[in-house]
Amino acid sequence: MKNHIRLSLYIFLTPVLLWLLLLIVIPHIELLIMSLKGTDDLGDPVWTLANYRHFFTEQIYWYTFVRTAVYAMLTTVLTFVVTFPVAFYITKVVSVRLSGFLTIVLLMPFWVSELVRVYGWMILLRESGVINHLLISSGLMNTPIEMLYNDISMMMGLVYTSMLFMAVPLISSLEGMDDSIIEAAHDLGASPPTIFCKIIIPYAAPGITSGSIVVFMLALGNYLTPTLMGGKNSLWFTEQIYNEFIASFNWNQGAAFGFLLLALSSIIIWAGLKLTRQELGRALS
Amino acid sequence: MNTPVLQIQNLRKTFADFTAVDTLNFQVEEGSFFSILGPSGCGKTTLLRMIAGFLEPSSGTLLIRGKDMTTTPPNRRPVNLVFQNLALFPMMNVHENIAFGLRRQGLAGREIGQKVEAMLERVHLSGFGKKNISQLSGGQKQRVAIARSLVLEPSLLLLDEPLGALDLKLREQMKIELKKLQEEVGTTFMYITHDQSEALVMSDQVAVMNKGTFEQIDTPRNLYSNPATSFVAGFVGETNILPVQVASRRPLQVATSFGLQLHATAGIDLNDSDSLALYIRPESIILEPSDSMKHINRFLLTVQNILFDGSNTKLLATIAESDHEFTVALPQNQQFAHIAKGDHIQAGVHPESCRCFVR
Amino acid sequence: MIRTLPPHKGYTLAFRIYIVLFYLFLFAPLIITCILAFNDSNFPSLPWKGFTLDWFMADGPDRIGLFHDRSNLSSIVVSAQTAFWVSILSVTVGTMGAFLFEQEEFPAKRGLYFLALTPLVIPGVILGISILLTANSLGIYFEDTFGLDIPLLRPSFWLVVLGQFSFITTFVLLVVSARLRKFDPSLEEAALNLGATRFEVIRCITLPFLRPALIGSGAVAFLMSFENFNTTLFLVGSETTLPINLYLQVRDGSTPIINAVSFLLIVSTSILAVINLVAGKRENRE
Repeated sequence: MKNHIRLSLYIFLTPVLLWLLLLIVIPHIELLIMSLKGTDDLGDPVWTLANYRHFFTEQIYWYTFVRTAVYAMLTTVLTFVVTFPVAFYITKVVSVRLSGFLTIVLLMPFWVSELVRVYGWMILLRESGVINHLLISSGLMNTPIEMLYNDISMMMGLVYTSMLFMAVPLISSLEGMDDSIIEAAHDLGASPPTIFCKIIIPYAAPGITSGSIVVFMLALGNYLTPTLMGGKNSLWFTEQIYNEFIASFNWNQGAAFGFLLLALSSIIIWAGLKLTRQELGRALS
Repeated sequence: MNTPVLQIQNLRKTFADFTAVDTLNFQVEEGSFFSILGPSGCGKTTLLRMIAGFLEPSSGTLLIRGKDMTTTPPNRRPVNLVFQNLALFPMMNVHENIAFGLRRQGLAGREIGQKVEAMLERVHLSGFGKKNISQLSGGQKQRVAIARSLVLEPSLLLLDEPLGALDLKLREQMKIELKKLQEEVGTTFMYITHDQSEALVMSDQVAVMNKGTFEQIDTPRNLYSNPATSFVAGFVGETNILPVQVASRRPLQVATSFGLQLHATAGIDLNDSDSLALYIRPESIILEPSDSMKHINRFLLTVQNILFDGSNTKLLATIAESDHEFTVALPQNQQFAHIAKGDHIQAGVHPESCRCFVR
Repeated sequence: MIRTLPPHKGYTLAFRIYIVLFYLFLFAPLIITCILAFNDSNFPSLPWKGFTLDWFMADGPDRIGLFHDRSNLSSIVVSAQTAFWVSILSVTVGTMGAFLFEQEEFPAKRGLYFLALTPLVIPGVILGISILLTANSLGIYFEDTFGLDIPLLRPSFWLVVLGQFSFITTFVLLVVSARLRKFDPSLEEAALNLGATRFEVIRCITLPFLRPALIGSGAVAFLMSFENFNTTLFLVGSETTLPINLYLQVRDGSTPIINAVSFLLIVSTSILAVINLVAGKRENRE
């Protein structure tokens, strides 16, 4: 019996260790190492902090970095604000029969590739797009305006692509909430705002945290939406990484940027978990 | 003489700082229906899991048909277990559930089919083979679980409170069915329960377990009429308990705090103790005893309440001048139908029905 | 406030309007994309010039429909192959991981579990570049030391598979673990008691129990892989996957053929999603 248990442990452990070591741990160590390397004047590889120094001295880099972080947080907050009423409506307000249907319909668009969704917004919003056409043909406007390629369209795109990852944890945590808790609060004389702040939000806190973590991470690491829906000035840090890797072919600089982005997302997620007193394992499952 | 099916020698199981099973010694004879009766937490499930092989004993040995099986893994023991929650495989139908163990033994398909059919017939489930587990009623599930184990012809069939989840009526019916089944197949059954009625009705032998040890191993009748310890007297059957002092030792006479003197029988060794507990069963109290009865303890009861429960109707009464409450079984004939709340009534009890244990 | 409490008119109405607007917001881009796939115009925009199937069927010289567009068709095939391997690999390793973390005890289990969850919170771009860097360094090492040229270590089909596998496995692990946690251990004990070996228990009892989770997570793994962009972007070689191929087309201007591809994607993923949901519902009812 004991021997069998040991055997099964190794059979399960080996592939998991291989996966985590070869594809997660070693690559990230390599990322760190590469970010600390560069070439000296003669073209020989040396250890250096130049890649990081470069980041801090070039204003455009850290400006983009901070901008990305702030916008990603803003995306997270906006996604919550937009999604929460829907999650609440589906789980608590609408009749049970309709609620299942609304949930299925809510999830449907997110099975479709992000690229398709962004493309849909592009043909809606751009100067020759559908919305402009409708506005002009209905006589509300005379000349088309460019609604795409600015920070607002980019933010909208980010919120749109992130909503699912907020909605699912919110719905599942609100579903677990017994209606009678709200009824009891109502019965004891609490006003709706009080019920919302004192009962519903604390109850949904785990769902809010896990949704926020995933949305933040996805927004921070998003590349498609900022490049396709943002304007010339809507810089996003992943674009810098891409430029270093693919356009400038400066992999050491790109590795440094990558490591900084990883550090940023880890710190903010860690802080978020600490502030709401949750664990990563629970927040994800 | 035959070797017993199961022999347990100095078996102990301790967890961190808690002794679940404390140095047990007993054996179970071939073909008997052996029950272990005890309150929850008495260690009976731990004992069962050691016999099945899911737990390793801390010390002691466990022999099945004379072979040492103390460290044999569960899948190589000739012992099968009917789980408390039955643990039927929901992903298989009835036939596949019963065939599962036979498949593992590598039997030929046709032989498996025959054995499963025969077993289904035995538990009155012929034609149920293709049904899904979720389509069965509680009692049918029960029988599938038992069939699944019995088909392997184990030396010993362990049953872990399998009737617990059933409703009262079905439980009564299954008790009788289980006893009949055991007599038919002749397999040794070892039945774990906290329900004394299940143990008394079905068993040849009952072991009463408390705090990891056996208080008494006996036939149901002896357990009831001659309990060896105060625990057994209190746990098996209903009883009235009165604190008493020894008045004289030979013959034993005891006195209650309110001055009633009674002739009594000593349970086990009383250790010269003066403070005793007197146990009187509700049905041993005779209402309005005739004057011809000699050597009987007599006292006056005041009826406080009548607890009507059909064949099980009882009186709640205070004894003598005290406010000490007694339950008294009411005989089935209509002889005492006139009794009402507040009535005074003569009562008596034989000294043999007054058992004393150390308090 | 909720369905069981007496309704408040203004509140209910405002809520309803919001929900309608939300669903409009949700579906507008998809619906318009689908509609314009059938517009008889050279640009994916209004006005509506009539219904056509050109963007699916046309075979040159003015218009080339999707079914004759070699680059898009081959990228669909590449994506499907990638997704196939990724789902096979990630379901296998993810399930083993679920067994490992739910049923085995070993030192540093918590730490390893934490590590196994991290791929979900590492931005996909970072996973892409770090695997690219490592593969490249390994490739250089093998070439310099042994003179071996290992194509796997350059951006290629298999590197994309590995890159996607690295984080999709975590997803499978979470789904399968959740199901495994609902498993009644007495079923396993019952099987052992009936004479099954530990591996027979897994084959006959545990895996059938896990089947819905395996199928569900496999389907989702397939979709996640099929539409992955961020990680793939850095690892892709000459065989471009569909999202990358579409991205290049969208970036450099657009023709309604993108709408045609999108239409097919929307329809087929919706069907898959519905099948998955129906299967999940039936499983729940059992």
